[in-house]
Amino acid sequence: MLVAVTLFGVALLLATACFAALAGARPWASAAVYGICALMSAIGLVCAGFGIGAPPSVISLPLGLPTIGMHFRIDALAAVFLAVVDLGGLVASLFAIGYGRRERDPQKVLPFYPAFLAGMNLVVIADDAFAFLLSWEFMSLMSWALVVSHGRIHENLRAGLVYILMASLGTLLLLPAFALLAGSAGQFAFSAMRAHGPNSTVALAVLSLALIGAGSKAGIFPLHAWLPLAHPAAPSHVSALMSGIMTKVAVYVFIRIAFDLVGPVDWRFGMAVIAVGGITALLGVLYALMQHDLKRLLAYHTVENIGIIFVGLGLALVFRADGMLAAAALAASAALFHVFNHSLFKSLLFFAAGAVQNATNTRDMDKLGGLIRVMPKTAIAFLIGAAAISALPPLNGFASEWMVFQAIFLSSNLPQWGLRLLTPSCGAVLALSAALAAACFVKAFGATFLGRPRSDEAKTAKETDKTSILAMYILVAICVFAGIAPFVFIALLAPAVNLLTAGAMQVHPLIPWQPLVPVAGSHNSYSGLVILVCLIAAIAATALFVHLFANRITRRSDIWDCGHPEDNPLTQYTAASLAQPIRRVFASVLFHARETVDMPAPGDTRAAHFCVTMRDPAWDKFYVPPAKLVGYLADRINPLQYLTIRRYLGIVFLTLVLLLMVLAIWE
Amino acid sequence: MIPLVPDIAHFLAGLLVLLSFVQLYQSRLPPLISIFAAQSLALATFVAWQAQIQHAPHLVITAGITLIFKVMIIPLALHGLIRSLKIHRTVETVVGIGPAMMTGMALVGLSMALMMRTSAAVDVVVREDIAFALSVVLLGLLMMVTRRNAVSQAIGFMSLENGLVLAGTGAKGMPLVVEISVAFSVLIAFIVVGIFIFRIRERFDTVDIAVLDRFRGERP
Repeated sequence: MLVAVTLFGVALLLATACFAALAGARPWASAAVYGICALMSAIGLVCAGFGIGAPPSVISLPLGLPTIGMHFRIDALAAVFLAVVDLGGLVASLFAIGYGRRERDPQKVLPFYPAFLAGMNLVVIADDAFAFLLSWEFMSLMSWALVVSHGRIHENLRAGLVYILMASLGTLLLLPAFALLAGSAGQFAFSAMRAHGPNSTVALAVLSLALIGAGSKAGIFPLHAWLPLAHPAAPSHVSALMSGIMTKVAVYVFIRIAFDLVGPVDWRFGMAVIAVGGITALLGVLYALMQHDLKRLLAYHTVENIGIIFVGLGLALVFRADGMLAAAALAASAALFHVFNHSLFKSLLFFAAGAVQNATNTRDMDKLGGLIRVMPKTAIAFLIGAAAISALPPLNGFASEWMVFQAIFLSSNLPQWGLRLLTPSCGAVLALSAALAAACFVKAFGATFLGRPRSDEAKTAKETDKTSILAMYILVAICVFAGIAPFVFIALLAPAVNLLTAGAMQVHPLIPWQPLVPVAGSHNSYSGLVILVCLIAAIAATALFVHLFANRITRRSDIWDCGHPEDNPLTQYTAASLAQPIRRVFASVLFHARETVDMPAPGDTRAAHFCVTMRDPAWDKFYVPPAKLVGYLADRINPLQYLTIRRYLGIVFLTLVLLLMVLAIWE
Repeated sequence: MIPLVPDIAHFLAGLLVLLSFVQLYQSRLPPLISIFAAQSLALATFVAWQAQIQHAPHLVITAGITLIFKVMIIPLALHGLIRSLKIHRTVETVVGIGPAMMTGMALVGLSMALMMRTSAAVDVVVREDIAFALSVVLLGLLMMVTRRNAVSQAIGFMSLENGLVLAGTGAKGMPLVVEISVAFSVLIAFIVVGIFIFRIRERFDTVDIAVLDRFRGERP
């Protein structure tokens, strides 16, 4: 029933896509299409809400391949991710009702947007390999179409090319993963795969393929290279969906395969996932620190947060493999909660960045500044999102990252020495990356919204429209609520966590002052409400103190020039200046950052130049060599295009004879 | 069933292989066309005989199509074609007759070995019929590879198609629709090849396809 309603919503979304293809250029089409998308997402969200506690809802349609058909199913795990997808879709559609009005060619965006939403819904509810791969490819293609929708800009076309290559690579790896799971009997339904798990060698192959295949979409290092190119290229509501939601769909795929379909998982694989997650988190935030493009910075932060999620998932895998089910449940809850939280604040930040871009026509932070005066509502929304993603209490980012750290502390009880050494160091890496993330958002918020405007566009910017602000503040409200009452969401996640780890955290969803107690009452606990109250009390006390005891004696001195004595706003502290100490510490080795100063000779009146060059290690080490190999092989194979007709016939003939001989000799 | 009945089918299938070898040996065009006609006649007889054995009346239609198109119309048209092109002369082979015949024998051996392994459960006679069919296909392909003349390549292709029909009718009989469409595809191939031959003749005064390579500019 639930799944039928969800599929009905998906069908309506697809119909909307067709409608938008016909009527996309009309002035009223944009609001109509986004309105329908918001409505359908709301229906999906309701279905997901009902699906969380309910027994699995199954349907099979006689579509697709004969004798296999297509199966769809909503269980607790699918319901959680369906909720993430449809909540994201709902707010993104709301935001787009206002934002899309300023779109220059709506007919290039409108048909693909509902189809993209439909694709993400289908991936989450698919219950056989065929339905899954079909929806996965559909989702990739539709998002690709959205990435290249502003194709006049050369940079966007390059982003589209890199994206479609990486998406194809991901599918290419997921295809054999499902083939191995299906086995020689060709059991494509997930229920059949679950019934007879593969042996340990095959399971390891499947897990590795799933990690790389789904990881390339989620953005684990070094497969993240397409994210910072593709996410900023799309219109902002689509960037929010791609960065906040689609990466989570990829995480879902990894969870579905690693926790559900392959059966028991060796702890060594869990260790690999933890290591990959740690590296991804640290490098993601370091990349982000080096960026001056607001949306690209946000895209790199997605890489960081995916790293945190993968650390949580890896911990859940090793705890489960060692039979520590309560710890596994804690780690899995942390990962799923962070999935939910990141989808919220990443969408929020992309909306705010989109509003800034629309108002100023630039994403370069060194051309912005002072926007808090002209766009106060956007600025406050961005500030709360930034605080949440920097894991500051009492917001939701802190709650989930804190739970990840609690799970890391439990790793000292693990029997394997390798894990006991790796996990705390991974915790240190996560702590470092959380601190760096805070630094990065100080930079992003400060350069964009504080200080004085660095360009005329920033000076004359206007506050964005009401529906966009509504969408942002819905997310702000959920972020704050999830921060002070995380147990509500932990309780909602419990059935899914139970599915993954055969255990769940003990929380009561209806006691509002209850703290989060991950292990036992004697261990650590966290209550967002208490922190909020303390915070408000501290602020009030400080205000009162200042008000009562500050001295009111008039003093005469020079006017404070706020640190920039010259009138020119370009003399302000820039984003690059703020990042410079961190760049000198980390990036000179990692990214080969080199600073060159071009100082004119005394008496020369030309301007001095300061220039920083950086190289991307992922690009140099993991992308350039394969590209060279492909080029080399293509050059070698090239002569095959210029053979005579008889040679071609000869090749066909020889191949045929060779295959027949293999068949004749083969046992 | 009288033991002679499958033996006759077997004999006819073997005759097809033998005629393929004769085609491979023959280096002049007019006899080559006649041998192709003879091979098609053997095939038509085989199919008609199968229609009797299998009590499958639609195979009679197949036999009729083979008889009309491949024994009469196409050979006559080819004769007319080479006469109008004035190419009653020796065709040059590339590999040489001896090696081509040796390769052909090896191919027959290969198809026999392959069928022995892959279809051990099937009736011996049927199995050997299929082995013969595969041999005819491979020999037709070999003919296309070794000849440079466009007419003999076309004959190689049609002889290959004879092998396919042999395989299809030898065991259980293809559906008639498939049969007719294959027959038409051969006819169309013949028309295309005929026009092609005329065109390259017009352009280059020869039907040696090596000139095409020069024309494509890849060879001096």
